[in-house]
Amino acid sequence: MSLTLEQVRRVAQLARIDISDAEAESTLGHLNGIFSLIEEMQAVDTRGVEPMAHAQDLAQRLRVDEVTEVNRRDAYQAVAPETEAGLYLVPKVIE
Amino acid sequence: MITRSLSALARALAAREISSVELTGLYLERIARLNPKFNAYISVDAEKSLAQARVADDMLAAGQAGPLTGIPLAQKDIFCAKGWLTTCGSKMLGNFVSPYDATVIERFNAAGTVILGKTNMDEFAMGSSNETSHFGAVRNPWNTECVPGGSSGGSAAAVAALLAPAATGTDTGGSIRQPASMCGLTGLKPTYGVVSRYGMNAFASSLDQGGPMARSAEDCALLLNTMAGFDERDSTSLDRPVENYARDLEKPLAGLKIGLPREFFGEGCDAGVMQRVEEAIAEYRKLGAETVAVSLPNMKLAVPAYYVIAPAEASSNLSRFDGVRYGYRAPEYADLNDMYSKTRAQGLGEEVKRRILIGTYVLSHGYYDAYYLQAQRIRRLIANDFVEAFKQCDVIMGPTSPTTAFRIGEKASDPVQMYLSDIYTIAVNLAGLPGMAVPAGFVGGLPVGLQLIGNYFSEARLLNVAHRYQQVTDWHLQHPSGLD
Repeated sequence: MSLTLEQVRRVAQLARIDISDAEAESTLGHLNGIFSLIEEMQAVDTRGVEPMAHAQDLAQRLRVDEVTEVNRRDAYQAVAPETEAGLYLVPKVIE
Repeated sequence: MITRSLSALARALAAREISSVELTGLYLERIARLNPKFNAYISVDAEKSLAQARVADDMLAAGQAGPLTGIPLAQKDIFCAKGWLTTCGSKMLGNFVSPYDATVIERFNAAGTVILGKTNMDEFAMGSSNETSHFGAVRNPWNTECVPGGSSGGSAAAVAALLAPAATGTDTGGSIRQPASMCGLTGLKPTYGVVSRYGMNAFASSLDQGGPMARSAEDCALLLNTMAGFDERDSTSLDRPVENYARDLEKPLAGLKIGLPREFFGEGCDAGVMQRVEEAIAEYRKLGAETVAVSLPNMKLAVPAYYVIAPAEASSNLSRFDGVRYGYRAPEYADLNDMYSKTRAQGLGEEVKRRILIGTYVLSHGYYDAYYLQAQRIRRLIANDFVEAFKQCDVIMGPTSPTTAFRIGEKASDPVQMYLSDIYTIAVNLAGLPGMAVPAGFVGGLPVGLQLIGNYFSEARLLNVAHRYQQVTDWHLQHPSGLD
C-alpha cells in the first residue's frame, strides 16, 4: 500500500504539525519507504497470538489516596512560555 | 589518571592522591579544549560541577564515601537534572532548565558523583547516528569523519575521547549498545523495569531503558549498582530485591552455554565485523564455554514491528510538547490550534516529525488493528523466540551492529537504511531483555562490538561473561590517538 498526499496532510493535522506542500511531498516519499518496510509484517499469520503491549506483565500498583506531592507550581511555571497569576496563558478560545 | 577505571579512580580519591575538585577540573579542562572537535557535550557548567565536587570532597573527608563518590560522569541530555539545561537534543527543549531531578540523577547525586555535563544525542533519542540532534552531529573519536552511533552518541564519544570516565545512556532500540559498539565501549541495557524512567524524557515508554556506558564491564557493574532500584514514581519500575551487579564478575566461564542464533550469522553483516565476532566466540571457547546453535525465527520482523510500536508510543508521548507548559513556543500564530501546529512544526526536527506522523497514522481509526495490534502480536512471537532459545543456552552472542561506524551523511537522507543499522539490537528491546555491547577488535581502525543478550534479570551474569573476556583481551583498553 502507499499513502496519498491527502493522507499525509490529514495525519499532520491530527498530530498538530503544520506542514507545507513541499514538506508533505518529501514526507510522503519517506513514509512510503518506511511503510514498505513495515508491510513485511503483514504476511505473518498471527491469529491466536496474544498482543504484547509491555515487556513485563504488570498490574498497576495501587496506593493510598493521600496527597504525597508538595506544591511546586512556581518552579514548574518558571519554565512556561507565558503565565499569569499561576495560570498558563494561551490564545483566547471562547469569545 | 584519565585512563583509569572507576574503581582505580575511587582508590585514588580515597588515598587523597587527587581530590574530586582536581579530578573534575582535569576533565573540564579537557572538555573545554577538545569538545569542539567532537561535539559530545551540549551543556557544560563548570561552576555547578565544581560545587558538586566540593560536596563529594567533604563526603570523602568525613569518611562517608561510597564506591563512586567524587567521580565525575557525563549524563545523557535525556535525563532531567535540576538547574541544568535538559534539551533532549531538540530545539523544542532548547531553553528548558529542568526544575527537578530524574531518579537516575538523584541516585547519582546521592552517591556523590559529579555531573560533568549533558551529552549530545539524537533528537528525543530518535536516531542511530546522532545526526538528528538540533545541536549538530557528534564526531566519532576513532575517525572524526564518522558518526559515533546513536542515539547515545554524545555519551559514547565523550567516554571514547577521554572527556569523561563513564556516562549514562538510554536504549529504546539499541541506543546504548550501538554507539558503545561504534566507539569501542562497554554498554549495558538492563532488563526493562530495572532502572527508573522517572525524569527520563519518554520516547517509547514500553521500550525505553537507561543504562551505563563505560570502558569495562566492571565499571558498568559499579554504575548499574547506583542506577538500578525500585522507584514508586515510575509505574513500570520493578520492585525486586537490591542486587550487587558486581557479585559474579570473577566467576569462571567453564560450562557456559553460548547460543548462536543463525539469524545473526547469515547475510547482512559486514564480513570484517563477522570475523571479529567469530574470533571473540573462539576466545570464549578457550575460556571453557560451549556454543550451541539456536534460532530466533521471527527476528527479521523486529525492525518492521518496532517501527510501528515505537512511533505509536512516541506520537502519544510527544503530544505534550505543545508550547503551553514548557519549551519552545512559535513567535507568531493566529489561534490556539495554529499555536500548537506552528510550535510543533518549528520546534521538532524532521526525523521526530516523521515518527510522530507514522505513529499517528498507525493509531488512527481503521488502521489500528492492521498495524498496531499486528505489531504487538509479532512482538509476542519475538519474545517467545527468546524464551525458547534460553531453554538451550545461558547467553546469546552475535554482532551489535552490522557495520562499523559509517560516514557522517552516508545514511542521513535514507531513513530505512538508518533503521536497519539496529537490526541486531531492536528485538532485545521488544522482548524487554538485558543486552550488552563489548569491544571485540577493529576493522579498518574502527571498533567492533560483540553483543551479549541474557535472559530476564541476568545482568550480573552478562557482566561476568563480559568481564572474563576483558581479563584475557585488551580491546576495551585501546584509545583513539590524538586526544592530548
